[in-house]
Amino acid sequence: MANVSIRKVVKAYEGDVQAVKGIDLEIVDHEFVVLVGPSGCGKSTTLRMIAGLEEITAGEIWIGGDVVNDVPPRDRDIAMVFQNYALYPHMSVFDNMAFGLKLRKFPKEEIKRRVDEAAKMLDIQMLLDRKPKALSGGQRQRVAMGRAVVRNPKVFLFDEPLSNLDAKLRVQMRTEIKKLHQLVPTTTVYVTHDQIEAMTLADRVVVMNHGVIEQVGAPQELYHNPATRFVAGFIGSPAMNFLPCQLVDDGGLKVQLADGTKMAVPPQRVDRYGPFKGKKMTLGIRPEHMTETHDSEKPGVQRMNAKVDVVEPMGMETLVHHFVDGVAVCSRIDPNVHTGPGEILPLAVDMNNMHLIEDASNRVV
Amino acid sequence: MSGASATAGNMPRPKAKVGSMERQQRIALWVSYIMLSIFVVIFLIPPFYMIITSLKTSVEISAQAGNPWIVKDPTLANYWELLTNAAFRRYFINSVWVTMLTVTISMTIAILAAFSLSRMGFKGSQVLSTGVFLTYLVPPSLLFIPLFQIMGWLGLINSTWALVVLFPTLAVPFCTWIMIGYFSSIPRELDEAALIDGASYPQILLRIFIPVALPGIIAATIFAFTVSWGAFLYPLAYLYSADQATLTVGIVRELIKGDVFAWGLIMAACAMAAAPPIIIYTFLMDYYIAGLTAGATKG
Repeated sequence: MANVSIRKVVKAYEGDVQAVKGIDLEIVDHEFVVLVGPSGCGKSTTLRMIAGLEEITAGEIWIGGDVVNDVPPRDRDIAMVFQNYALYPHMSVFDNMAFGLKLRKFPKEEIKRRVDEAAKMLDIQMLLDRKPKALSGGQRQRVAMGRAVVRNPKVFLFDEPLSNLDAKLRVQMRTEIKKLHQLVPTTTVYVTHDQIEAMTLADRVVVMNHGVIEQVGAPQELYHNPATRFVAGFIGSPAMNFLPCQLVDDGGLKVQLADGTKMAVPPQRVDRYGPFKGKKMTLGIRPEHMTETHDSEKPGVQRMNAKVDVVEPMGMETLVHHFVDGVAVCSRIDPNVHTGPGEILPLAVDMNNMHLIEDASNRVV
Repeated sequence: MSGASATAGNMPRPKAKVGSMERQQRIALWVSYIMLSIFVVIFLIPPFYMIITSLKTSVEISAQAGNPWIVKDPTLANYWELLTNAAFRRYFINSVWVTMLTVTISMTIAILAAFSLSRMGFKGSQVLSTGVFLTYLVPPSLLFIPLFQIMGWLGLINSTWALVVLFPTLAVPFCTWIMIGYFSSIPRELDEAALIDGASYPQILLRIFIPVALPGIIAATIFAFTVSWGAFLYPLAYLYSADQATLTVGIVRELIKGDVFAWGLIMAACAMAAAPPIIIYTFLMDYYIAGLTAGATKG
């Protein structure tokens, strides 16, 4: 088990295309860090550089106190789980899991003990004699995890391990990965494009975009205090609503939307937002903070009317889509509130949870 | 749900359409059978005639009367005569050892070349792979004059060693091409997983690629075998003494004297020469097809 340190790491391909543009990241021992971002953001490249499968153009990667830039993958003492499992098709499950140990010339008894132990932990004891083709997707992924666990490496690397599984199995395996990390608290770097996976698994989430790190933080911190418009929009499902607005002084600081709706800024934020008066801004508000109205609203809640476009009942909640001056907006309302397309729905906007984004810098202020 | 699907299952089906589908399928099947039968007959008549003739005596072969497609008094005398003939045994042994060496050398070179071309990703590997394939497109009959000179310099004319050096030059390009296709169909994550597991490149090749690519290797091996076993032009041109001849050339030289054709012996020799490839193909045909089509279907 070890710290992983990424210092000013750059990955450039031929033609000067930079996939990773000088990122810094410190991952402490036992930590579960998830790299998340859209396709092409550089998250997988970063993981592969940690693994030693991609050369580093500039910068340094440290694992357990050593620079590993020029260390081949086999000497980095890492284990990796791939999206397509990458099990050796001609070997039994046992041999798949034992392969790394055999290459490292472990004694037979030790190999058997470790494989049995890992198989028990992952509940695949009864599959040890089978070939990978006789396993389901979930079982294959468990074997792939077993292959990583038996090695007892310094660092676990996961490259979108759940992407090939169906939705139900994905949720199940997600829990198992989390349980595995609780049992074997090895430093873990996990790559996914699924922000829910990132939020549920990570001690810290690293949001990447266009080869740079947008923000690093605990899942709740990213959710409630996004640093940039990208993070605000990427974390959370359904995504945060973004409404063009302007700050105006109209008997107190107010947010004025494009359609003229004015909503008061909560008193505790007036000082923070004051300097942006008159500038072009974007109001960010999550769907769960635009809900049905109640008889007694708490302070900071503003009202607005929405002309319902589409209603999506989800069971435990209902999503209502509507437009504010041509911009699509989603609200999350109580499933017991009945509404339909074309109806006017009074909404309560909880401005205590508003985010204000400066358009010029795309940063949340 | 189950109720709904049960209802759907009891719904009357549009019969006419299903019938027309079945009829179309039946017609296609019949056409396939007829075409295949024609080709089977065309391709099987020569070997059938070869075996029939090999079982006849010279008297029966040269008899004007009777049906040439039927054996009246079957005999294994032709086979026995060949098996007890030292020269024929020599040709057979020559063919076997030339083929064994050709296959071993070709496959070793082809596997190593295909692995490095498809996986090591060095500069120019793409151009090289194309080049390897292009050399296969040069007809062997064009090469045998320049190659004759090279063999002359090497002092290998009239030696089976000439074939051991030559045949791989014909077999390696195609074998490498088959193996590149097969290796490329193996997901890259597999070697990456092995690299992380602690394997070196030779270990990846020996413990992952070769077992996984076995169908491709068998396909390429069969090809190399066929190149060597069935070759006629090169042994004819490069080997002129009887003790160096291979089976294909030996049969012609030994059993055709001037304008006298020992048909019974020729056919028995041909049947015996054809036996090894037939046996190999029969047992490994599935692998052969899987190996040749792997690159195409697995992408």
